Amino acid sequence: MREILSGNEAIARGAWEAGVRLAAAYPGTPSTEILEAVAGYQDIYSEWSPNEKVAMEVGLGASMAGARALVCMKHVGVNVAADPLFTASYTGVKGGLVLVTADDPAMHSSQNEQDNRNYAKFAKLPLVEPADSTEAKDFLKIAFELSERFDTPVLFRTTTRIAHSKNLVELGDRPALTPITIFEKATDKYTMLPSNAIKRHPIVEQRLLDLAEYAETTLLNQVDMGDSRVGIIASGAAYQYAREAFPEASFLKLGLTYPLPAGLIADFRESVEKLYVVEELDPFLEELIELMGIRVDGGKDMLPLCGEFDPGLIARALAADDVPGVTTDLIPVPRPVDDDLPNRPPTLCPGCSHRGVFTVLKKLKVFVSGDIGCYTLGALPPFEAMNSCVCMGASISIAHGMGQVTAPPAEGAKLDLRAKSVAVIGDSTFFHSGLTPLLDIAYNGGRTLTIILDNRTTGMTGGQENPGTGKTLMGRPAPVADIPTICRGFGINRVIEIDPLDMTEVERVLREELAANEASVVIAKSPCVLEYKIKREPWFVDADLCNGCKRCLQAGCIALSLINDADGGRKVQILADQCNGCGICAQLCRFEAIVAPGTAPARGVASGSPAPPAVAPAPGDTAAGEKGAP
Amino acid sequence: MINLLISGVGGQGVVLASYVLSQAAMAEGYDVKQSEVHGMSQRGGSVTSHLRFGGKVWSPLITPGTADILLSFEALEALRYVHWLRPGGLVVYNTLRVNPSPVAAGLAEYPADIDERIKAAWPRVHAVEANALAEAAGSVKSVNVVMLGAVSCTLPFAAETWETIIRRVVPPKTVDANLRAFELGKRSPVC
Repeated sequence: MREILSGNEAIARGAWEAGVRLAAAYPGTPSTEILEAVAGYQDIYSEWSPNEKVAMEVGLGASMAGARALVCMKHVGVNVAADPLFTASYTGVKGGLVLVTADDPAMHSSQNEQDNRNYAKFAKLPLVEPADSTEAKDFLKIAFELSERFDTPVLFRTTTRIAHSKNLVELGDRPALTPITIFEKATDKYTMLPSNAIKRHPIVEQRLLDLAEYAETTLLNQVDMGDSRVGIIASGAAYQYAREAFPEASFLKLGLTYPLPAGLIADFRESVEKLYVVEELDPFLEELIELMGIRVDGGKDMLPLCGEFDPGLIARALAADDVPGVTTDLIPVPRPVDDDLPNRPPTLCPGCSHRGVFTVLKKLKVFVSGDIGCYTLGALPPFEAMNSCVCMGASISIAHGMGQVTAPPAEGAKLDLRAKSVAVIGDSTFFHSGLTPLLDIAYNGGRTLTIILDNRTTGMTGGQENPGTGKTLMGRPAPVADIPTICRGFGINRVIEIDPLDMTEVERVLREELAANEASVVIAKSPCVLEYKIKREPWFVDADLCNGCKRCLQAGCIALSLINDADGGRKVQILADQCNGCGICAQLCRFEAIVAPGTAPARGVASGSPAPPAVAPAPGDTAAGEKGAP
Repeated sequence: MINLLISGVGGQGVVLASYVLSQAAMAEGYDVKQSEVHGMSQRGGSVTSHLRFGGKVWSPLITPGTADILLSFEALEALRYVHWLRPGGLVVYNTLRVNPSPVAAGLAEYPADIDERIKAAWPRVHAVEANALAEAAGSVKSVNVVMLGAVSCTLPFAAETWETIIRRVVPPKTVDANLRAFELGKRSPVC
């Protein structure tokens, strides 16, 4: 049977067909859908771990017990998991252990575009790279075999265009598994005391040599001879682009990209006139090939280090070097017709509980140390209320670091809020990496204010469960981690819960806590309207009271728009089908022109008035209930 | 090889429309690849999906300047991607206007003359009042299926193929509305 699967779905299917018993991950674009798909196979235990380090360790544990285990994360997640990963390279495995790293060239939804192929070299691990969904499934099964045969975790690298592209995949079956009933101890192998680790390191080095030999003959690496004037070495999505740009060229397509097959590459070099290496991001293959003493005629001197490729980019770059056989249609670079079109960046949903907090933070002019999630959109206009954002959990530690080097206000002097740093972090990010920095603040006597935006979900990645939601990935009930109790347990005395939709309350509490001379946590608790399908009645604009001052537009809500009125002036309109009744815009209005549902004034209301027509679907609310899956 | 670029606003059902198209291409025996980006863009942002089918498809991405058809669910998102078409390519767009967030915040203006600009930008343009047709079909959420109906005559898929797949992929309660939406879309004469 054949199905159209995304790379992520194909990896999940491959795990099932490989007899994987455990899969662990933390959600992160573009990897998230792997575990969502795995959760559909009830014979695999799957979990959202609180973070990637935990997921990696859970996977290693399952492997030590003798089970095949799959661990998935986005590229920056591997940074979090690097500690166990590097030593798991020494311990090796019992059951096959594969770590999927989903890289994001072009940073469609990421804070950097690091090339995680480098981890393979650094941690001395084999690296497998599929070039489409078919290979994602087939290569994953081979990766598990490799893992067990060479006693090593295997890195399995995708990129956004592998993870989120679909093609036809032939489906297979799952083998019957024998239950695991007893643990076999291998203490010397798994207990990395120096005395044991010293013995493991040479084994790791020998393993790389053995893998390099395997690389010479594995079916993961394929030579496809065409026009012998042009040889191209490529892997992953870049292979597909290069193949389209130069369909007749000779290709060495690498599926095992570390360690490399020196003999195979040397032979390929001999069989072609000119050799090109086509790879996105770092010159990972190119440098390794040149270190072998093999001449490369074109690589990163012709192709960019930044962003992702497409067939046209490769066609132009190589055609400029007179490489024959180019698909000429791909060469022209069409320009956008209009350069002055308004952008359409992502934005907080109508009714989002983050909106009021950012509107107040902007007013207070504090330094907002932000974090990773939907609320990072608070950095964009009109809020512009986030001044740093680095990695998961860093909001709290960065704000603390700033606070510890800031001079305290002079005796009796008025508090200058511009000298205050405030951390803003979501609930899932807090569970991921916010606990330890908050413990740091409590322990070391920090005075920083931390705002936890608790919307009871992992929003940006599509609403996954987390330790605060009361449910697991597999749909089982779970205890709800209580954030106020956690904070108090750390030794934070000032812990306050507020309703983020009440801006007066938000401002009052934030001012009070900023003035306090000790650490404080404010928990802005309100469930995500998108994930909990909350739909409140729309509000209305009283056209007689609206003077078009645009103050309400500071709410940055796409339910609001300016319309021309009969007198040639402008007024605000609320799009009833978009408005989710949070009332933030009404709290911004100084003229009481925005009216709650059920209190419609006697005068005419401006809702639904004409020109320019502007209606939109509710986010995530589409024809076939398509689920938002960032 | 057919290259079809779909554009729209996060939440409009671009992904579902792509899914219907890829299933139809598979059912008709073509090799097919489809690619989209998830993540931040789905929070009301500009969304595109690449669909390619034919004998053998390598790249999952269309190269700008080579798309045969641009199917856009919103006017501004049609103009934004019109240069992705090959010479002679076709724009089919929904006349709906959805304000992007900078416009909603009063920081930019939605082009008042958007339809004229699209027509000036490209010789082969077909406008569909898809939201009105979706409402007439009984579900305003079926805009994406109206658009599929509108473009269907340009694609080598049998009527039964479309119907089978729409029945299979939309929620059971909305099958009738979606089939009506498809028929209404088809009556909008692209071909």
